[in-house]
Amino acid sequence: MAEPIIQIKDLSKQYGGKVVLKNISLTVNEGDAIVIIGPSGTGKSTLLRCINLLSKADSGSIKLDGKEINTPNVNEDEVRQHISMVFQDFLLFNHLTALGNVKIGLTKVRGMDAEHAEERAKEELTRVGLAENADQFPGQLSGGQKQRVAIARALSMEPRVILFDEPTSALDPELIGEVLEVMRKLAEEGMTMLVVTHEIGFARQVADRIVFIEGGVVVEEGPPNELFYNPKTKRTREFLWKITELYGHDQEEGQG
Amino acid sequence: MLLESIKFILMGTYVTIAVIAVALPLGFIFGLLLALIHVYGSPLISRLTSIYSTVMRGVPPIVLLFLLFFVIAGSINLSPFLAGSLALGIISSAYQLEIFRGAIQSVSSGQMIAARSIGMSRLKAVLYIILPQALRFAIPPWSNEVSTVIKDSSLVYALGVAEILRRSQFVAARTYKPMLAFSVAALIYFLMTFIANRFLDEVERRTRIPAH
Amino acid sequence: MGDWMGILAKYLPYFYDGLIITIKLTLVGLALGAVVGMPATIGRVYGGKWIRHLCVGYIELFRGTPILVQLFVVYFGFPELGITLSRMTSAYLVMALNSGAYQAEYFRGAIQAIGGGQMMAARSIGMSRLKAIRYVILPQALRLVIPAWSNEPISLLKASAVAFLIAVPDLMTQAKTIAARTYNPIGTYVIVAVIYLIVAFVLTGILHFLEKRLKIPGLELEAQRT
Repeated sequence: MAEPIIQIKDLSKQYGGKVVLKNISLTVNEGDAIVIIGPSGTGKSTLLRCINLLSKADSGSIKLDGKEINTPNVNEDEVRQHISMVFQDFLLFNHLTALGNVKIGLTKVRGMDAEHAEERAKEELTRVGLAENADQFPGQLSGGQKQRVAIARALSMEPRVILFDEPTSALDPELIGEVLEVMRKLAEEGMTMLVVTHEIGFARQVADRIVFIEGGVVVEEGPPNELFYNPKTKRTREFLWKITELYGHDQEEGQG
Repeated sequence: MLLESIKFILMGTYVTIAVIAVALPLGFIFGLLLALIHVYGSPLISRLTSIYSTVMRGVPPIVLLFLLFFVIAGSINLSPFLAGSLALGIISSAYQLEIFRGAIQSVSSGQMIAARSIGMSRLKAVLYIILPQALRFAIPPWSNEVSTVIKDSSLVYALGVAEILRRSQFVAARTYKPMLAFSVAALIYFLMTFIANRFLDEVERRTRIPAH
Repeated sequence: MGDWMGILAKYLPYFYDGLIITIKLTLVGLALGAVVGMPATIGRVYGGKWIRHLCVGYIELFRGTPILVQLFVVYFGFPELGITLSRMTSAYLVMALNSGAYQAEYFRGAIQAIGGGQMMAARSIGMSRLKAIRYVILPQALRLVIPAWSNEPISLLKASAVAFLIAVPDLMTQAKTIAARTYNPIGTYVIVAVIYLIVAFVLTGILHFLEKRLKIPGLELEAQRT
């Protein structure tokens, strides 16, 4: 069996006296689409930020392709070229066009020449369906378009894994669908991804595994069918029932 | 005789512009560097730059001009023009430090996070993401500072430099027409600040980020 | 360093005399400036064509020319027109007009921050323009302007330092004399710099105190983007 892309063991983090993550362990294999669900404020976003080293975990091991990255002398910038992130509030570079946003990682981080970078950037924008908006600035784009540019930017770095931190939580309901569609396609194409979200329909349809985190610990994890129809714990059953009530857009019933 | 007098005063414009051409860039480079080390440096360095800013901006420019002049002239043999211009540049650097500090800090913190998340080092993030936005925000207050430097250049009068004001005084004494002489001086300064501000307004317009 | 303390001790009365004049210049300039600046803003924002142009002209003229040149025009130039003013009067006049122009801009910022909606609301209950300005706009503007305006006393304090070039007996004039007598210009001017810093510090403290006293919760200018 091939080496997992991400191997997390006993990850813990405290924040201002509160324990946010407690001995979290997680394995992410190549091609996995893992959805992390759970009540707000229970450390899901913190977990993602520890993985791409934007936050420093207090203890535990994080291995990227077998190499330990939760150490003091790791080259963070290099790690982040292989682990991309898409944020809840997009965080596009305001002074660059959509094309510019995707290009800049290629030219300034990977040292590509301008022509090649431009080509690659156009490819990524086309991949997310925004080829026509290449010359527009973030201020001129809708929320859904902004997030898709953010995804294109993350993709441009050709990462081993993409982390999605509540990618649709800041979007108007009618714009959520276009972003989820892009994410679904990526998963189908075999992109390894970790997604923190409340979008249950997406989780059911797309996830290879769902991880339910509450109070900083993994309560349960498993393929969607298992969790939804045969949950091992009462808490899981309760939470999924509630969230399906609130958020469930069953993809079969049409786009939500 | 009148025309010659006015021409004489006008020639002082070259000297004034020379003073500004030394002081403003000096203030810019020094001020920007200090702003960067203030925002991104250690707490100790931040403290030191804060003290520099408070002192240099709390003392009247003419006092600093004299002090710096005596210190500079005491150690190296520089002309009053050069010593005065350098002093003005040092004074301006404190104000420009504040301008760039404010501009850098008003770039939202998410921009740095996003830049790091695609693997940029801090240095690259500052150069390619933060500064391009910060410098645009800085244009309006910087336009004010340009006006200030233009006006403060008149202070080198006190060092005997033959700029606009000193020449006006000379003309006033010779022609017994002080009102005319000093009004001409005022007009020249006014035109300079006016043109500079209009120019920078245009720069701001052209570099504006659409829909931001 | 010991030298400097010596100079301070020996010439303290002279420094003191100069300081008093400097403070007088600053405070009078500040007060008269407000008296000139406020009407100038109101004229600029609410006035008819001619008044508006007049006000803009005044404001731009005094903000666009060096205060030193303004001093020379008034003290050396006016006599040619038959208006001869003493040094002190010239200085007071220039300080007032100069500060007035800057204060006008601060007031204008505050009035614009209040927005046209307030005027609309006032007119819609039947107030005349004048009443609206007096009872709705100004009370809010005066409170909004305080943070920005509190730059002005310090600015004026620093600007007053050039008055010595028309021989006003302020702190700088005293310094010139003392520097010559002691053959220690650096020491003298360092003392002067420190005195200015202390006065600025005290002024800032007073302003903070006043600001706290006058705050209305919820009525604040949002931190402006440069």
